[in-house]
Amino acid sequence: MATTNLSSIDQRHVRTSGRTVRRSRRTSPKALLIYFIALMLVSVILAPIVYIILGGFRSNSAITTDPSGLPTNWRGENYWNVLSTGTFWQEIGNSTFAAIGTSVLVVILGVMAAYVLARYRFRGRGTLYAIFAAGLMFPMTVAITPLYILIRDLGLTDNLIGVIIPQVAFLLSVTIIIMVPFLQALPREIEEAAFIDGCGRLSFFWRMVIPLSKPAVITIGILAFIGSWNSYVLPLFLLSDTAKYTLPLGVQYFSSQYSVDTARVLAFTSLAMLPALVFFSLFERRIVGGLTGAVKG
Amino acid sequence: MTSMSEAAPLRSAPTVGRGSEGGNAGALSPSAPQRSRLQRLRKPFEITILVGPALIVFLAFVIFPVGIAAYYGFFSWTGFGPANHFVGLRNYTHILSDDAFRSAVWHNAEIVGLSLITQGPIALLIALLLNRKMRFQSALRILIFVPYVISEVVVGTGWSLMLASGGAVNDLLGKLGLGGLKQDWLSNPSVAIWTLIGIITWKYVGFAVILFLAGLQGIPEELIEAAQIDGASYWQVQRRIVLPLLAPTVRIWAFLSIIGSLQLFDLVYIIWGQYVAATAGTSTMATYMVTTGRAAGQYGYGSAVAVLMFLISLVVALVYQRFVLRRDTEGAVTGGAA
Repeated sequence: MATTNLSSIDQRHVRTSGRTVRRSRRTSPKALLIYFIALMLVSVILAPIVYIILGGFRSNSAITTDPSGLPTNWRGENYWNVLSTGTFWQEIGNSTFAAIGTSVLVVILGVMAAYVLARYRFRGRGTLYAIFAAGLMFPMTVAITPLYILIRDLGLTDNLIGVIIPQVAFLLSVTIIIMVPFLQALPREIEEAAFIDGCGRLSFFWRMVIPLSKPAVITIGILAFIGSWNSYVLPLFLLSDTAKYTLPLGVQYFSSQYSVDTARVLAFTSLAMLPALVFFSLFERRIVGGLTGAVKG
Repeated sequence: MTSMSEAAPLRSAPTVGRGSEGGNAGALSPSAPQRSRLQRLRKPFEITILVGPALIVFLAFVIFPVGIAAYYGFFSWTGFGPANHFVGLRNYTHILSDDAFRSAVWHNAEIVGLSLITQGPIALLIALLLNRKMRFQSALRILIFVPYVISEVVVGTGWSLMLASGGAVNDLLGKLGLGGLKQDWLSNPSVAIWTLIGIITWKYVGFAVILFLAGLQGIPEELIEAAQIDGASYWQVQRRIVLPLLAPTVRIWAFLSIIGSLQLFDLVYIIWGQYVAATAGTSTMATYMVTTGRAAGQYGYGSAVAVLMFLISLVVALVYQRFVLRRDTEGAVTGGAA
């Protein structure tokens, strides 16, 4: 299901870019107005991001005397200062570990469970699906206090594993809701052919389901990665050792530690946002396409 | 779905010794009765193996914490040692009579309402704009989503620096000759909630736009073309055809937005911290929970707040699903609109 959506989006892009070429020859005042609105929109969206990035190139005195000004002489030293400290890289490492751990685990557990819910008939299937779907009603913020107590009793505070496992648990609902319709849509002929050839259901799962569900799996993996990369509440509660800090905690810690050094805070903040932006621009079509697929599915 | 029931008998056909993981039972070539028992046990076994891990993790870390919160909510407990000071409903009566909690609930209600009112129309207009054939269309679609991908901490840090009284926003207003609009964006209680709404809109409107664009793609072009042939103007088409057909998507977005607003924590906590939020009029139930619970070392009390938050969200969600989303699940919308 998601594949068809992805391809239809691609087609649409191709089609529209073809039409725009024709349209551009006669630019009416109305079209100009639309482009003006679009331009305003883009500047509102980008202004804060540009402010953070450019601010990192300025000096503190320049920021204080002219807060909304542009850098007059570009100074790389704020960025260099951040990049040459071990903390930034350590936090990048911690965030990467948590994000990869979360996305890999949620994909494995989620696809396995979704496969059963999509393609096995057994009593209690509906209940099981309802239990997982009910997880959408339990956002992490509500559960954070008891979750902290639970993780502490398990001795997993100040441990990235303690961050990963609850994140996986809370992402399972969305994963299963996205995956089940996708797996249900796999044509039954493939399955029958495989069974006739003597393929058991588990081996059908490994040989056919995993490869065929790649688009949905990638979407879920990316969403999980970005969610984990940006997550704040859980690390805030569970991690008190600065050596275990993920990037969001690091940004906050850094900005309270160097609250007078605005330029350096801005440099740190823009470096912290860079990986997510790069990751997003690489997989942008997958993310947007996956979300549309999830809604339509 | 139905394929499984039909495929099941096919599976018991003799295996051709492919030696696959699943075909091992066939390779052992057991006698017929043994074989069928194995087959019967195999399905529950496979289900357990595949669902088990996910179910255990889910129950242990999603359902169970809410359960123990309900338990600890009846105790006065500092978080260390066993909870043995049972206080009954005293935590709850205290929370409900606390003005700080009441105003937090009110702020949540404001955020729910204002988010719907501001984000909904803005996102609709942007989605309609981006649904037109225009240059840079795909680039715009990507850009609108960028704030959604940036972490709350980065957004909060950046905006709080920009909105400080001597910050870039006030400075820019002065340069544009709009000095009269200068505000204490973050600390003035009558402005702060609007500042928060503005930041929320900036951060999350892209998500709504993407959902709406997906919904717009599902609208058959024939309908729009037919209306255009009949002489309908652009706005007539949008109002009479596009909007009604987009309604299910809008309702799902509104649901997600409401739940998100009720749980709002990150942005408020990052920008206003735990103490300023209350005086600036932006505290939410979640920041109240953290301030009075974990930060004050009263885990029993914090758990009780969590339970109340959960109950409020649950009631809102159920009411919404019962009265608003029901039409969609019955599939009446497309039928009625066509």
